[in-house]
Amino acid sequence: MIFNIPFIAVAALILIGLYAVIFKRNLIKMVIGITLIESGVNLFLITLGYREGSIAPIYTSSPGGIMALPVPQALTLTSIVIGVAVLALMLSLVIHIYRHYGTLDVRKIGGPEE
Amino acid sequence: MNVADLIALLLQHSPALIVAVPLLGAFITPLISRLNDKVRNVFVILTLGLTASLVFLLASDVFTGNIHTYIFGSQDLALPVVRILFEVDAMSAFMAIISVILSLVAVIYSWSFMKENTGLDKYYTLILLMTAGMLGMELTGDLFNFFVFLEITSISSAALVAFWTNKAKSVEAGFKYIVISTIGALFILFSIALFYGQYNALNMAMIASAIQYTFLDKIALVLLIAALAMKAGVVPMHMWLPDAYGKAPSSVTLILVGATQASLYGVFRVCFTIYGGAINLTPISVGWILVILGIITMLLGVAMAIIQTDFKRLIAFGAVAEIGYILLGIGTGLVVMLNPEMTATGLAAMKGGIFHIMNDALDVGLLFLVAGAIYYATKETSLNKLGGLARNMKYTTVFFIIGLLAISGMPPMNGFASKLLIYESTYQLNPILSIIAILSSIMLLAVFVKVFHAAFLGPALPKFENVKEVPKSMLIAMGTIATIIIIFGLFPELIINNIVEPAANALVNYGDYIREVIPSFAGGV
Amino acid sequence: MSGMSKIVKTISGIAFPFITIYGLYIIAHGHLTPGGGFQGGAIVASGCAMILVSYGSIWTMNRVREKNLSILESLGAVCFILLALLGLGFGTVFFNNFLVGTNSLFGVVPAVGSGLANINTGGVIPLMNFAVGLKVIVGLFGIVLVMAYASRTKEGKK
Repeated sequence: MIFNIPFIAVAALILIGLYAVIFKRNLIKMVIGITLIESGVNLFLITLGYREGSIAPIYTSSPGGIMALPVPQALTLTSIVIGVAVLALMLSLVIHIYRHYGTLDVRKIGGPEE
Repeated sequence: MNVADLIALLLQHSPALIVAVPLLGAFITPLISRLNDKVRNVFVILTLGLTASLVFLLASDVFTGNIHTYIFGSQDLALPVVRILFEVDAMSAFMAIISVILSLVAVIYSWSFMKENTGLDKYYTLILLMTAGMLGMELTGDLFNFFVFLEITSISSAALVAFWTNKAKSVEAGFKYIVISTIGALFILFSIALFYGQYNALNMAMIASAIQYTFLDKIALVLLIAALAMKAGVVPMHMWLPDAYGKAPSSVTLILVGATQASLYGVFRVCFTIYGGAINLTPISVGWILVILGIITMLLGVAMAIIQTDFKRLIAFGAVAEIGYILLGIGTGLVVMLNPEMTATGLAAMKGGIFHIMNDALDVGLLFLVAGAIYYATKETSLNKLGGLARNMKYTTVFFIIGLLAISGMPPMNGFASKLLIYESTYQLNPILSIIAILSSIMLLAVFVKVFHAAFLGPALPKFENVKEVPKSMLIAMGTIATIIIIFGLFPELIINNIVEPAANALVNYGDYIREVIPSFAGGV
Repeated sequence: MSGMSKIVKTISGIAFPFITIYGLYIIAHGHLTPGGGFQGGAIVASGCAMILVSYGSIWTMNRVREKNLSILESLGAVCFILLALLGLGFGTVFFNNFLVGTNSLFGVVPAVGSGLANINTGGVIPLMNFAVGLKVIVGLFGIVLVMAYASRTKEGKK
């Protein structure tokens, strides 16, 4: 059971993130929701590569004991880098939306075609 | 070194160069644009021209039946496959041709269309990045690599959709697009993790050869199809598409069409190659899902197009409907793929669907370019305010008629050739399907005839008296696409036999794709 | 965004070199220990962001040109791809690690085992880390700078 806790955390993070994206009306909170989903997926990847009692995969051969899988860590890093780019783009779009409408509430954004 | 050796060398390295050249060009563009605007435009066109010639070189070899693999960082492939691998079969090459043509035309079109804007160095950088992303998605043989290129494409295209930041609606559409595509991409990453956890592989061929169709695989299939279909704008996940297509600059919309089709390519690659055997086990389910999605997409797209008053939004819903035809054709192929009595039908449906990918890109692309030209000349997109433009914009009118006939599947345009194949083959599966497909085509014709009447015919409006024909570069861009449409319409057999059929065969005979990496694999048709 | 108090400015001025050195260390050791171009670059960029916060965006904008940042960023990316292309030119395929085994710069093949790491290994990987590090430092700093500057004009309007 104790080993399932990371997976439960993954499910919780993704569900909370989805909840925030779908039900929150503030654009910044939606962006936070997306980063939560992203953290959940990243945690899932990193959990898959973990072996109990393993050491960091930084040696050419292990000094005894098993090494954790390096591939999921590399995948997670790539995913984090992409996440930073997406976050920066989303926030700059939010800044522009705020400039146009003066609000971050999705119910007040929009309106008739200009 | 003589020329033949050089070409052989280029051919060997072309899968990597096709992605590397636009990527390198993208980051050189900001440096070059300090010199001169014209130099920069020429540089971008030359970069994409070089990429296009590499794609054609690679495609000419792939269409003869070879599958190219390219291993990054090393010459030999160590098993289990840990290296990043590009694998190009006829289907990948077919999609790469579409993407590169669309990007090249869009850049030529932008020369005049975007002239008034500032920040164009970033615009061209993003266009080149997006092209590199699309080409990478289509050529890669590695699922995680596919995810990375998908994200490159979505980030750059969202930034391009919101390029006119002074318009509130554009920024809103861009935000909607980035939210939708990021969530989609994260679910793709989740399903990649599911594969990695089970099979310890990221390579598509490795996963396909090892797949066991466990419960987790079914979850992964659902997530992959849902996320990629969302990015392709399939109803009921199409809500971002009319906004993004309608509010982006027209040249960007043209490349966005290519990006959605790259996602569609992802759907087919997942269904046919990775789950090739899974479809063996449950012969009808996935295929029927695609067929039903296709029918809904078609009907809803056309129905929504009827009531639109905004020119570009209307075309965007037309584009949604066109995606339905592609899904219908390929879904039919998937349904009957393993039924020996209907193999010929299935192949015809696949050919129709795949040919329609290209026709959809060209027809919808041409219509968007015409809409952009009208916006450029009149600064107006609402159909209620347009009228009588045929007097002043003769060439644009001709191009619109060509696009109109092509999108509604009238002979002698290219849309007729592919839609006829789809009608004929779906009739064998179920007559109702082909009736719905023909009905939607007729409605599309009605919609676009209405647009033609509203925008081009009617009395001359005083406010459009001084409207002039658009500049040459835009005419060249539209003319190129119109010429391709007419050539494809006049000689469909040529295209179907030489390009479309190898692509259809590549999807159906998924075993060849896997055997190229895992020689011991025994499955596949 | 205007600057903060004198205490904050002084302390961040003292801390900035240490943060930068630590980030550069992470970049330089990217092929040996966890870390690399992105992580180290993010550390340096966060140091720059600290200066930005404490001294204010107008002060920073007057000293750092956004255009120069974007040129440096492009240079980082171009270096990365050119290194990959050199793998095609000098070696065999794209991304080939052509420096390994040459015993020149970073060209030593490390001994098998779990002993102390040799920094002179890794072939093109450290060079690529430098390129990525440059790109990330100026890229992230540019993003933060532009965002801070953009929100400043908003406040000015009010």
